[in-house]
Amino acid sequence: MVDLNVNIGHLKLQNPVMTASGTFGYGLEFDDFIDVNLLGGIIVKGTTLEPREGNAYPRMAETPMGMLNAVGLQNKGIDHFITDIYPKIQKYTTQLIVNVSGSNIEDYLTVVEKLNELDRIPAIELNISCPNVKSGGMAFGTSCSSAAEITKAVRSTYKKTLIVKLSPNVTNITEIAKTVEAEGADAVSLINTLLGMAVSIKTRKPLLSTVTGGLSGPCVKPIALRMVWQVFNAVKIPIIGLGGIMNANDALEFILCGATAIQVGTANFIDPRISIKIIEGIKEYLQSNKINSISEFRGSLILK
Amino acid sequence: MHKKHIEDFIVLLNEKLNEDTFLLLLKHPHKLPEINAGQFAEVLVEDSPLTFLRRPLSIHDVDYKNNTLSLLIKKLGKGTKKLSELKPDNFLNLIFPLGNSFTLLNNEKVLLTGGGCGIAPLLYLSRKLNEKGCDVHILLAAKTASDIVRLKTYENYGKLYFTTEDNSLGEKGLIIQHSLFKNLSVFKKIYTCGPERMMQAVARLAANNEIPCEVSLENTMACGIGACLCCVTETKTGNKCVCVDGPVFNTKDLKW
Repeated sequence: MVDLNVNIGHLKLQNPVMTASGTFGYGLEFDDFIDVNLLGGIIVKGTTLEPREGNAYPRMAETPMGMLNAVGLQNKGIDHFITDIYPKIQKYTTQLIVNVSGSNIEDYLTVVEKLNELDRIPAIELNISCPNVKSGGMAFGTSCSSAAEITKAVRSTYKKTLIVKLSPNVTNITEIAKTVEAEGADAVSLINTLLGMAVSIKTRKPLLSTVTGGLSGPCVKPIALRMVWQVFNAVKIPIIGLGGIMNANDALEFILCGATAIQVGTANFIDPRISIKIIEGIKEYLQSNKINSISEFRGSLILK
Repeated sequence: MHKKHIEDFIVLLNEKLNEDTFLLLLKHPHKLPEINAGQFAEVLVEDSPLTFLRRPLSIHDVDYKNNTLSLLIKKLGKGTKKLSELKPDNFLNLIFPLGNSFTLLNNEKVLLTGGGCGIAPLLYLSRKLNEKGCDVHILLAAKTASDIVRLKTYENYGKLYFTTEDNSLGEKGLIIQHSLFKNLSVFKKIYTCGPERMMQAVARLAANNEIPCEVSLENTMACGIGACLCCVTETKTGNKCVCVDGPVFNTKDLKW
């Protein structure tokens, strides 16, 4: 029997496979297809202080081996989450992590304080990397000073596990990772989507209402893998790797490059059962290679 | 709402109906679960590296006795082109049945209007309405007569009318120029599916005559199950997902 347990800060996961924010709803949408409780954890949809309608349609464009989205953090706000969603997802025994977003530090702090009170939410993922909102979002995650400021502010009020989700739209992601580590983040997750664009020469119009959007899917995997490897060599805190993971092989590549856990995102849209298949595939790989635990395999990349 | 399923169907038949339209008859390996009129499937296009996402397609007809369903598909891009190449005994993976459904009336006179590939969900709808004792009238619109497919099948469930832009079948012109629209008040409900401008024109005339009108929208989608929030349409109560809150909407709820 292989040991798939991993720790992210105080958070204990029964296996390293989580589902990425914005790609798995609140888990409930997947109940018809899988036993959500088999997952290491789920990161629920980005939640803000006030309700947000998100961006205008069209918000999505398919691209070769991927897709662009510009949803823009549509959600009904933290109070709706607490009164309407939280009671429904308490049935899950898997770890429930809330992705938190905002347009200013005060908003982030209010949401975080409210989440701090919820017994079944042992961790938050601080989203400082959403490319699809006008103010806040990615702006916090693209400079060391603002990333430091928001991490420090949240750390001072939030006592449970704090994960900071990093943007790949920066010159040097290791600098941002080191900064949030120094300000007390328990872990980093990377990467959020890459800023991209798609147009039509037939209509001469952009395919997204916002012109630009966030690119995800297998087309971003080599970039995500490179960034996980770089950050692994720069910080001591655990890394949660994501970006284009479509199968167990992809997931294992991220763990080999140093990720403690991984998130499955866009792949959930193609196969709603994929996250469970990935757990099975990781188990099979470890068994057939006689590796006792996933932590033994982590970061074991052979360079020469 | 019904439980959603993911299943490999077996292709029984891929019938070319005209230059760019084809019909796929798909067999469920076991017992086909219940499907309502207006629901759709998210279809996986395999071995097609440039089409990454599933394709949301209306369920055209259902046969519980033979455990089959059919999809009426127009070749519009790389994904549907790949589907047009499927052969009998190939597998096709579907997530289904998705979305809400049309509201059915009992024993009433109803009008179904469709254009382009928007006629696809109207067949199963007309059959269901027929079973409910409705007096079903179906108006199909196209550029030219050869665009209109499956006439004989639609004819089983209602009285058929046509408009064509080149006057090759039925009345000449656009759908709302058909003479049926001069006396809309005889209908208790109008159902429409097709190009957005066509549906908006039908909805406007329905509203003018105070007749309830249901539309089936086909926004671009990623997940099809309400997780990604990509396929939203603006309603009077905010953005709603076409995949779970639709695809059928009462037009009075839309911001048209």
